[in-house]
Amino acid sequence: MSWDSSFLWQFDILLLLMVIILAVSALAVKDLVSAAVIFGAYSFIMCLLWTEMLAVDVAFTEAAVGAGVSTVLVLGTALHIKRKSKD
Amino acid sequence: MKSIAFLITLAAGILMLAASLDFPDWSAPTTPASTHLSPHYIEKSIEETSVPNLVTSVLADYRGYDTMFETVVIFCGGITVLTLIRRTFIRKDKYINPRPVREDSDIILQSAVRILVPLIQVFALYVVAHGHHSPGGGFQGGVILGASFILLSIAYDLKFVLKRLKENSILFFSILGVTIYAGIGLVSLFLGQNFLAYAAWAELLGITEVEAHSHGMLGVEIGVAITVTAIMLSLYADLSSGGDLDEGL
Repeated sequence: MSWDSSFLWQFDILLLLMVIILAVSALAVKDLVSAAVIFGAYSFIMCLLWTEMLAVDVAFTEAAVGAGVSTVLVLGTALHIKRKSKD
Repeated sequence: MKSIAFLITLAAGILMLAASLDFPDWSAPTTPASTHLSPHYIEKSIEETSVPNLVTSVLADYRGYDTMFETVVIFCGGITVLTLIRRTFIRKDKYINPRPVREDSDIILQSAVRILVPLIQVFALYVVAHGHHSPGGGFQGGVILGASFILLSIAYDLKFVLKRLKENSILFFSILGVTIYAGIGLVSLFLGQNFLAYAAWAELLGITEVEAHSHGMLGVEIGVAITVTAIMLSLYADLSSGGDLDEGL
């Protein structure tokens, strides 16, 4: 398995664009629960990017910790504080 | 205020992008990491540790000291949340957003979870045990094992899990994992080698030094997995119940 920089570069661009869109929209939404779910999606796209860079171990960690557990933890916390963000 | 924050963020972003121009090219062969560090790991890892997954051998053996303190960081994070949030009395005016009240148990959800959780747990153990040969290891396996308990406490109730796995034993397990990791290191220290030099275990277990490296890595991965599992469950229990462990999400 060797790295080829031309390997599906259109897919790369698409993933990077989605990362930026998700990051901005996580900041833009007022509802903290929505922001938590968007962060979960962000982690999943990051996981795909790590896989694309052949860093499978990092991708696995990102999928388990970032997209899985931390979303649940942030959701659980968001339900106990004021749900609407001021800005 | 918001525009000032935006400008600062923009300036920091431009600075970081400008700094990234100074990075060496992608997989450039002339960087210090590629000239003498990576070739050693890539060429010598199999004969020194007999572990095919280079990431595991670097993480748990060559850089075992870092991994131990990463585990300690997770442990400290869990303990910090516990000390900040956990209350032993029930607060009357607990603030919870209005959410749908569960009239009775959801039979479809609970049946699905009852089938899923054993599979998830077996997969988590596989990830821990097979980290030498495939992606995975203590952290990932521990998180998946912890997530299975979290799933159980979402589908049933937090009390359902905490009745079977008491808070005291969760804390005991989180300490046990770090102790296993540090203990493996300390034993090799007492046997006259460096801290976390697994080769010292060879004489004790009656195996070759290469096998001792492999088994030592498995031992510390198990320690990491126990701590991470316990801390994930403890974090969920404290954060989702607001500190009094009466009810989760």
